[in-house]
Formats: sequence, C-alpha cells, structure tokens
Amino acid sequence: MTITNSIYNVLFRRNYVFVGAVFASAFAFEMGFDTISDKVWDNLNKGRQWKDIRHRYVEEE
Amino acid sequence: MLARTALRASTLRSISRQTTKRAASSSSNASKEQSPRMLNIAGTAATVAAVGSVSLYYQQYGFGNTVYAGTPAEEGLHAPHFPWVHNEWLKTFDHAALRRGFQVYREVCASCHSLSRVPWRALVGVTHTVDEVKAMAEEHEYDDEPNDVGDIEKRAGKLSDPIPSPYANDNAARAANQGALPPDLSLIVKGRHGGCDYIFALLTGYPDEPPAGTKLPEGLNFNPYFPGTGIAMARVLYDGVVEYEDGTPATTSQMAKDVVEFLNWAAEPEHDQRKKMGMKVLAVTSVLLALSIWVKRYKWAPLKTRKIVYTPPKH
Repeated sequence: MTITNSIYNVLFRRNYVFVGAVFASAFAFEMGFDTISDKVWDNLNKGRQWKDIRHRYVEEE
Repeated sequence: MLARTALRASTLRSISRQTTKRAASSSSNASKEQSPRMLNIAGTAATVAAVGSVSLYYQQYGFGNTVYAGTPAEEGLHAPHFPWVHNEWLKTFDHAALRRGFQVYREVCASCHSLSRVPWRALVGVTHTVDEVKAMAEEHEYDDEPNDVGDIEKRAGKLSDPIPSPYANDNAARAANQGALPPDLSLIVKGRHGGCDYIFALLTGYPDEPPAGTKLPEGLNFNPYFPGTGIAMARVLYDGVVEYEDGTPATTSQMAKDVVEFLNWAAEPEHDQRKKMGMKVLAVTSVLLALSIWVKRYKWAPLKTRKIVYTPPKH
C-alpha cells in the first residue's frame, strides 16, 4: 500500500505533475521506440540503403 | 433465421407426407392413381432439363472463368510474378540497384523516354552524392530568366531542375519515332497493369524472331507481353550495353531488373519511409490492441461470470 500511496502522492495528486509526467514519458518512449525500431529496420535492410553504400562514392575533403 | 428455416423444412416435409398419404388413401380412383407417375415423369424431366442446361453452360463458358472480349493477342501475355525483394513487407529498395538502374535509364532509355516528374535533387542521398548530381545537372542547359532586354539565355542545370526530356514536346517525340509516342517513365510502374513484373517481362521478352504466321505493321516489333503484340520500341537491352561501375555483370536481365527497380523508385520515392513507418505503426498498434482486449476482458469479467438467480417467494 505504501508504494501505491507514494505513487499517488508523487504523480497523481497534483494535475500539473500528472500531465507533465504524461508528456515526459511520451517523449521518452518516442525516443526509445524510434531508436530501437530504426536499429531493427537497418538490420533488416543491411546493405540495401543509401547510407550503407554511400562511403563508396563520397569524396572526403 | 435458423428457426424460420427449420420451420419451413418441416412444413415442406409434412406437405409431401400428406400428398403420399392422400394418394395412398384414394387408391380406388383410377384417374387419380396416374398422378404420382405423372409427377415422377415431370420431376425427372425437369431434373434432366436443369442438369442439361447447367452442363451446357459449363461446357460453353465454365464456372468462375472470366470471359474476355479481346483475343489473347489483344490482351497480351500476362507477366509472371517475379520475386522482387523490394516488394517484401519490411524491405527497402536496394539502392545500389537504383544507382545501376539510373545508369541504364541515362545511357539507354533516356534517348527516347522522358522522366519529367523527377528533378535532379531527388537523386541526392538516394543513388548519388550531391556533387555527383550537381555535375550531371551541369552537363545540361536550361532556359534562364529573361535578361535586361527580354532575351532568354541558357544556363547550366541546377539541382532544382527536372531531368531533361529527350524531345521538346509530344509531337516532336511522335515525329521522331514513326508516330509512336514513347511514354514518360516517371510513373510508368504505377501506370501499367502488372507494374514491375510487366515492365521486366516486356524488356526481356523480345523473341529472337517473331513466331511463324504473325503479321505486324511496318515498323513494329513483336513482343508477346505488349497488348496487341506489336510494339514500336525495339529490343534495346543486350548483354553489355552498359558497363556498371560496381562491376556487376551487365546482362540483359540484370539491366532490366535494375532499371525496373529504379522506375519503381521514380514512381514511389516515399516507398522506404512508408514501409518503415508502417512497421512502427503496426508494432505500436498491435500492443495497443492487446491492451484494449485485456481491458475489455477485465471490465467484463464480473458481468460475464455473474449468475442471476430468481428465488420465487414462498407462500
């Protein structure tokens, strides 16, 4: 009970904290999800995308 | 619905039972004794007529077959399905193939076909680096803004210019090709039935010589995949027509595959991003779907498992 109570006191008691937590967690989730799914995508398409073949053609200055 | 069907079935059965019963009971009457036999003959004749007409229809047309007004030659041979890797759900275009395909377009197709919806800048970061595309654009001349006296001068191409067309307009293109208009290739993959399969089959499907008995008008070439089989474009892809910079052997089918993939990119430049976003959307929505199913079951559990008991008052 103490855990639920403390969660309630910290997060849900004041609305501005609650809304802020929702926005912050959405932001954090989006960043994490995008990073992971980009990695999965690049792994599925290894060698097929432009960034995989770019090094052959770009001339470094 | 089920109840009604059951009701009707039982009624039908009872009617037939009544008829037989009545026929059996009135066996003394000679004229009425004929009627079951007549009924049998009529029923048999009707069954034979029904079966016969259905089998005649089947023999004529078959079931589930589409009837085409055109002959197979007018329809064109339907292209087989090729295993395009970029058509799989989670696969992007092979950008090395796009680069080779653009080379094929530039060295072979571009002498007749325009690619007017694709600007040079679209190639940047897809098949070529910025510097390469800038160099290619500068090889061509475009109309500049009117100068101080209103004359239009020429300037070198920029990234924002479209890839130049081989002819000034459609009439010039027709005049140069014996009246046949080479279609613009920007959206050709979307604009033809069969898409990639059709174009690949068309490019690789020219026989060495047309089959015996084919009569084609002057200037047309035989291709079984082209509707009407007479196509103004001759076979253009022969082994080794282009030389790939990455060392891939430039066979006819390799070039056709590369250029078709490039044309698919030209028609759907958003393809890679769309599939990546689709993967993300399906991942998130499948979790949300599972969550909503769980919430529904959680909320409904008390309603589904409760038992309402009526206890009649005792007197």
